[in-house]
Amino acid sequence: MKKISTLTLLVVFAFTAVAFRIQDPAQKLPAVDVKTLDGKTVNSSTFANDGKPMIISFWAMWCAPCKKELNAIADVYADWQAETGVKLIAISIDDARNSPKVKPYTESMSWEYEVYLDENQDLKRALNVNMVPHTFVLNGKGEIVYQSTAYVEGGEKHLLEVVRKVAKGEKPE
Amino acid sequence: MNKFFVVLAGACLLGGGIQAQSPNMGQISGNFQIDSRYLFPDTLINAPNVPEKSVLNGWGQLNYVNGKFSAGVRYEAFMNPTPDIDPRYKGQGFPYRFASYKGEQLEIRLGNCYDQFGSGLIFRAYEDRGLVWDNSIDGFQARFTPRKGIYLKGIWGKQRAFWTQSAGIVRGFDGEININEALDSLTKNWDARIILGGSFVSRYQIDQDPTYELPVNVGTWAARANIMWKRFSLYAEYGYKINDPQDGFKINNKYVYKPGQALYLSATYSQKGLGVILSAKHIDNFSFRSDRTATGTAMFINYLPALTKQHTYILAAYYPYATQANGEVGAQAEVTYKIKKGTKLGGKYGTNVQFNYSVAHALDTTSLNDTVRLMGYTTKMGRWGDSLFFQDINIEINRKINQKLKLNLVYTFLRYNKNVIEGKANYPIIDAHTAVVDVIWKINDKFTLRSDAEHMFVTTSDDNYFTHNTHGNVVDFGHWVALTEELTIGEHWYVAVMDQYNYGNYESIRRIHYINGQVGYMRNTTRIVVGYGKQRAGIFCVGGVCRFVPASNGFTLSITSAF
Repeated sequence: MKKISTLTLLVVFAFTAVAFRIQDPAQKLPAVDVKTLDGKTVNSSTFANDGKPMIISFWAMWCAPCKKELNAIADVYADWQAETGVKLIAISIDDARNSPKVKPYTESMSWEYEVYLDENQDLKRALNVNMVPHTFVLNGKGEIVYQSTAYVEGGEKHLLEVVRKVAKGEKPE
Repeated sequence: MNKFFVVLAGACLLGGGIQAQSPNMGQISGNFQIDSRYLFPDTLINAPNVPEKSVLNGWGQLNYVNGKFSAGVRYEAFMNPTPDIDPRYKGQGFPYRFASYKGEQLEIRLGNCYDQFGSGLIFRAYEDRGLVWDNSIDGFQARFTPRKGIYLKGIWGKQRAFWTQSAGIVRGFDGEININEALDSLTKNWDARIILGGSFVSRYQIDQDPTYELPVNVGTWAARANIMWKRFSLYAEYGYKINDPQDGFKINNKYVYKPGQALYLSATYSQKGLGVILSAKHIDNFSFRSDRTATGTAMFINYLPALTKQHTYILAAYYPYATQANGEVGAQAEVTYKIKKGTKLGGKYGTNVQFNYSVAHALDTTSLNDTVRLMGYTTKMGRWGDSLFFQDINIEINRKINQKLKLNLVYTFLRYNKNVIEGKANYPIIDAHTAVVDVIWKINDKFTLRSDAEHMFVTTSDDNYFTHNTHGNVVDFGHWVALTEELTIGEHWYVAVMDQYNYGNYESIRRIHYINGQVGYMRNTTRIVVGYGKQRAGIFCVGGVCRFVPASNGFTLSITSAF
């Protein structure tokens, strides 16, 4: 009996989740401190890109699909920026085991992104990131308009389509 | 309890309704995850008989934010827990709730708190759902920034221990100064950036031991420095713990009164195309828990991650390492190099090469053979003993062949001391050679096939072992081969089949194919995965914590979502 009530609760929860999704309130970035690779503290509410779209991508050194996605985008990032003005912010959720490796890795891979460390996972929690990769696209007003929690090979093309639409002020999907 | 659910569900819907009308009423968000299994007993692979047949782990979290105020609750259900996690999680309820205020300079939080000081050497409270790990501190937390570049933090409370709280009270304070931020006019022209920090954490726990006199307050402190100059960066942190006799570290069944210490060093160099990291650590009696009677991996206050490469391929990750908190000396070197595109070696798109070497040994100790208020042994900082705990030499090469093909090659040679790492006896040092070929073939715009073939050859350099071993010349479970085929269909679907074949097992009836199939659907923030098959026993690690996962056979269903 207890099990049934638990399941009921989870189902109610899931429906509530769907209800919220339908309403689609304009979710904005929370105000949480993260660190730059130079150890400076930056508040996530200050992330901005002059009214142009932003991609916020959560990743980790141990996450193979995350690195595949960000390396694939790195190859075409200059083209994306020229076309849509998009800025990509890569948030590493690595802890002390791997966080010292983030700077050598991202620089050796020539990522031109803004990279931040979320070692205490405050931003990850505030944005309800369950697992990585988890990618957000924000419109020029800083509203989250698209999310994705997986990377499939070539998926960066779909992401570019989304960014193009967002840059034009259209709905992404 | 049921009434509470109704109220909560009502509050969710009401909150949603209000939110739709007026954005000033704040914002509700959350996430949801269930992992459920239907299990069959399977004696051949030692999958235990699970009497309840179907088991479920579930989480649901709601966060509310309104300007500077936020609050949240998390519901968790382990009804009953899946056999791979600690059975003490059995139950359901709301183990996590908080309310917080974050102003410009001051942040205050009540309820369940997460934080870490420095690298976590003496304090880290965090949640990792992959490991079903949550050691949040239930109490008060404050973060204060009196001026730019100066960060003060404090935490005070009791640590979560499954469905209750551990015996001790944890109190911690941390201060950090970023010299360049704090003195920006003075340091404007500096090439160097300097960050200094220090922390103090204490645990209070009453002493009810009939024979021993145990410290009721155990204090630890740590000091750290991070210096960056041009392309170089150096991080150093030293920690000290006063005598902390505990059940998790006894010598000849007696409490050890020796104080603990730990040193962690890491140096990096990075430029476009090249990254280098060298790190080292010395850990001596540095397990710090919120309850001195806790053993295993529960109730840690501090965090001591392994200085090794975190492998992602299944056979490469077969023998993972976990820091031996009671004593070890370890070192790691890693070089990441990008061979330029358009060169002979680099090919049209460039080639990434990563080399990693890591090693961990016992401390070099001299036994004191004392019997009263045991100090146990003496050791010198940085000197390692003869006993090898772990070693891993590996190389990973990553290359895009053309628009359709990508190739990833991994070779790893690791040496694994099963007796120390898993608490077993009479195993030789296991030498495992693993090769991985991972090919990604983008068939067309809709279909992508990832094929991953792995082989692990297991042996030992201890010839003596083979003459005394009743398993013939097989070490541990012997050789393995694994094959994964993963087909992604469009943006939203994938199908995967995986076979791990233990062809080198010493018992011919246990030379089994562990075949597993999965179908997954992903859309926006929702992911639904259905699977069926056999799962081999193994050790699963994230960060510094590992857990043993028993073999299983059955159906799995997992759903995650966020909103």
